[in-house]
Amino acid sequence: MRTATTAAPRPALPVSQRERFYAVVGELLADDPRLALVLADIGLGYLPELPESAARRVVNVGIREQLLVGAAAGLAMAGLRPIAHSFPPFLVERPFEQLKLDLCHQDVGALLVSAGGSYGWPGGGETHFGMRDVSLLDTLDDVVVDVPGHADEAEALLRQGASADDRRYLRLDDHDNATAHDVTDGRLVPVRTTGSAATVVAVGPVLDRVLRATEGLDVSVAYTARPRPFDTEGLRAATARTSAALVVVEPYLAGTSAHVLSHALRHRPHRLLSLGVGRAATRTYGSVEDHDRLHRLDPAGLREDIAAFLAA
Amino acid sequence: MDDTTTRARLLTLMSRMTGDEKHAPSATSTLDVLQVLHERVLRVGPEHAGDPDRDRFLLSKGHGPVAYYAVLAAAGFLDEDELAGFAGPTSRLGMHPDRVLVPGVEIGSGSLGHGLGIAVGLSHGLVLLGRTRPRVVVLVGDAELDEGSNWEAVQVAGRLGLSRLTAVVVDNGSASLGWPGGISPRFRAEGWSAVDADGRDHDALERAFADTVPDRPHLVVAHVERKDA
Repeated sequence: MRTATTAAPRPALPVSQRERFYAVVGELLADDPRLALVLADIGLGYLPELPESAARRVVNVGIREQLLVGAAAGLAMAGLRPIAHSFPPFLVERPFEQLKLDLCHQDVGALLVSAGGSYGWPGGGETHFGMRDVSLLDTLDDVVVDVPGHADEAEALLRQGASADDRRYLRLDDHDNATAHDVTDGRLVPVRTTGSAATVVAVGPVLDRVLRATEGLDVSVAYTARPRPFDTEGLRAATARTSAALVVVEPYLAGTSAHVLSHALRHRPHRLLSLGVGRAATRTYGSVEDHDRLHRLDPAGLREDIAAFLAA
Repeated sequence: MDDTTTRARLLTLMSRMTGDEKHAPSATSTLDVLQVLHERVLRVGPEHAGDPDRDRFLLSKGHGPVAYYAVLAAAGFLDEDELAGFAGPTSRLGMHPDRVLVPGVEIGSGSLGHGLGIAVGLSHGLVLLGRTRPRVVVLVGDAELDEGSNWEAVQVAGRLGLSRLTAVVVDNGSASLGWPGGISPRFRAEGWSAVDADGRDHDALERAFADTVPDRPHLVVAHVERKDA
């Protein structure tokens, strides 16, 4: 029974990762005077109403993505924790040199938060597809990459990243799993441990599709929402329980983590299948599910490719 | 130390850097501006290092850093003997300065068009933290302004009214396609106050840096002899 001293229940939180981000970042800005949110128009209209003390730390630079990242670096030098936000092509690709120099070369921290994933807005077409982001960030030194598969994971990782001082990329994608895992320690989570023919690693939002695709197959499934730095120790432990066949399914460019996983298993002859989004321009609109099928990231496509790999 | 003595000292320090200085013309184009800023305008120096209320000097145009290193050595950030190893395999002093390596250097530079954007964030961030005292001065070259990233920063600095931000353009006429009509009007149109000054005249430079307008970022265009003269 509620009494007068019971705190009011938290209002229902958005189930969409992106909407959850806007709701929670507003709360974080109000609570932490060290935080600043840098926007290039995208997202501005979705923010909750903020008290003036927090609203002044929302810096919208207009449609100027080089400055989005450059200004974030300057804010960090001043002593703030900047959160820079846009869609992946405009946060990672267009201002790539600012990420490389203004953040990494200057050795300052920032939390980069993208929304939309690889093809979250299929109608937007090639100019708005974001599958190259993690691969590009992988060329840089010291960037933590978080790829949550559920809004609760996104919130936990956002809170963790907002209070850190490092360089982080939080890749939000509303193509979610049904349940959340505890992901903030970055460890590989064993999800299905009964299989022996292969270990299948699912990154972020592909987990539910991987579980469906591998039903009845003799494989174990492990999950991570932090592909960088990848939990290689956890990977070695997981693969020690199966034969040396490894499948990794990533919601961005196929093969992005191949070098990391192969290096982690260098002590053991192994086979590796890397599944993910293809490089070729599809020039296709339609739905997210249409693109899952095109890139064979739907349960049927995944099952075919994984079964063929096991049989090979 | 008077102006002339300081100048002689800086030239001596510069001569200690015997590396293969590929950016020689630009090395001296900045010398007077650097000297005036460090001697007369900015509160910087080893005694302020780590003080969040220190002024910030950002050398965006990282080319030709010999004059800059000389100023840092004169200020006591660097040991004079270190200058001799300039750009050598064990030196911290490269052809472009690196803030991670060199004490007193606020930003690493070399790739053009990055300093102004960082300066906008730095200047605005200090104000957001209630630090309205520090002045942020960023030095860019006239050719560096070719990079479009500068103009993103110029526009937003004006819109935010960053009154503690000053850009100094050392104009030695190196922009290949020039700036028809001049550099100052472009900044003024974006809400900056702007002053043109003789980049070799120390008193004129000092006045130009002081000639700020409330609620506006400030530009000093320091004109020096043309690179090809």
